[in-house]
Amino acid sequence: MENNLWIQIKTYFHNNLGTFLNAVKEHLEISLISLGIAMIIGIVCGYLCVKHKQLESKIVPIFQVLRVIPSLAVLLLLLPIIGTGMKSAVIALVLLAVPPVLMNTVVGIKEVPSFMIESAYGMGMTEKQVLWKVQFPLAMPLIFTGIKIAMIEIIASATLAAKIGSGGVGEIIFTGLGLNRTDLLLIGGITVGLLTILSSLLLELINRVVMRYKYVKS
Amino acid sequence: MIEYALEYPDKLYFPLLEHIQMLFITLILSLILASILTIITIYSESLSKTFVYIFSVIYSIPSLAIFALLIPLTGLGKTTAIIVLVLYNQYLLLRNITEGLKEVDPAVTEAAIGIGMNKIQLLFKIKIPLSKKAIFTGVRLAVVSTIGIATIAAFINAGGLGSILNDGLRTVNTVKILWGSILAAGLAIGSNAILSKWEQRL
Repeated sequence: MENNLWIQIKTYFHNNLGTFLNAVKEHLEISLISLGIAMIIGIVCGYLCVKHKQLESKIVPIFQVLRVIPSLAVLLLLLPIIGTGMKSAVIALVLLAVPPVLMNTVVGIKEVPSFMIESAYGMGMTEKQVLWKVQFPLAMPLIFTGIKIAMIEIIASATLAAKIGSGGVGEIIFTGLGLNRTDLLLIGGITVGLLTILSSLLLELINRVVMRYKYVKS
Repeated sequence: MIEYALEYPDKLYFPLLEHIQMLFITLILSLILASILTIITIYSESLSKTFVYIFSVIYSIPSLAIFALLIPLTGLGKTTAIIVLVLYNQYLLLRNITEGLKEVDPAVTEAAIGIGMNKIQLLFKIKIPLSKKAIFTGVRLAVVSTIGIATIAAFINAGGLGSILNDGLRTVNTVKILWGSILAAGLAIGSNAILSKWEQRL
């Protein structure tokens, strides 16, 4: 049985290497596009939330609720509105990924000690300079944690997005479920697992570089 | 939409009950496992870090992938779903429990050791009562994540609200998809709200 499975996996890769690589490519493509959009929306909204206090009480609760809703429900709720395909998958993934980025941006910028901002103003920095040279670099570690959570969430949900016709590695898993083929299940499962672990390792490495700015409270 | 619910109430009611049942079984099992692991970890700091790290890696793997990997071992159905859900919950529970236990004022724990308590007494009589809020936050997060992932478990034939979604998707029945999503979202939001209220009162 064990031997048989191994042969099955080998033949799969022999015959369908193109399909497999295409699925991985699609998966990464969807994940990266959604992550990019989510980062832009999350960081911009987060900054606006900190700047305008009354906006914060409106935006943050919405995303807090959004974070609680199961990812499958978000994916499928969009289906009747936008239809199937990559576009609706990307929109759903962005909706799922914005909350962690936004929350962490708000907390990150707020946690910048006020004496630092004051001394930056005191040195004659303009508001733009304070934002780019003091607030963002100091908030970066927390924002980055948010991006990391968002990335893991996106890769996980992109697997589910195969159900609404966006392609990706999830398709291999669903085909395996449908045909009751253990080899496809294993290939799909291991690939997605490796993708998440590798991407979180990669982000951890980038994190080390970004963390240089980490402000340590004494 | 409302007509559908009035005409076939059992088709919505039964999966909802099944979902809640799955949630309770998972919650009880994961609490038991988490408390065993917590008792083990009070004896060794490095062991507790290792546990949290291992479970964080498991937590980062998408649920569908773990389902796919476990199907050859445990087959389709509720058993697989509950195993995966319990594994996922361990990260949320252990992380919050260990952090909560660490936050306890060292003066209090030292006084407890000073009057001659051993490690188990210290844990049950001092640390857990003092950190129940952090522990409860872990339980709340675990409940919400269980409700979410349990909908995905319908793909491996575990039933629950995900099965409404699955049926709706297969037959392109918008009403069913909407009901499934609304019930799943409502259950998650509702239980989160109730547990948050409860948490504040602690």
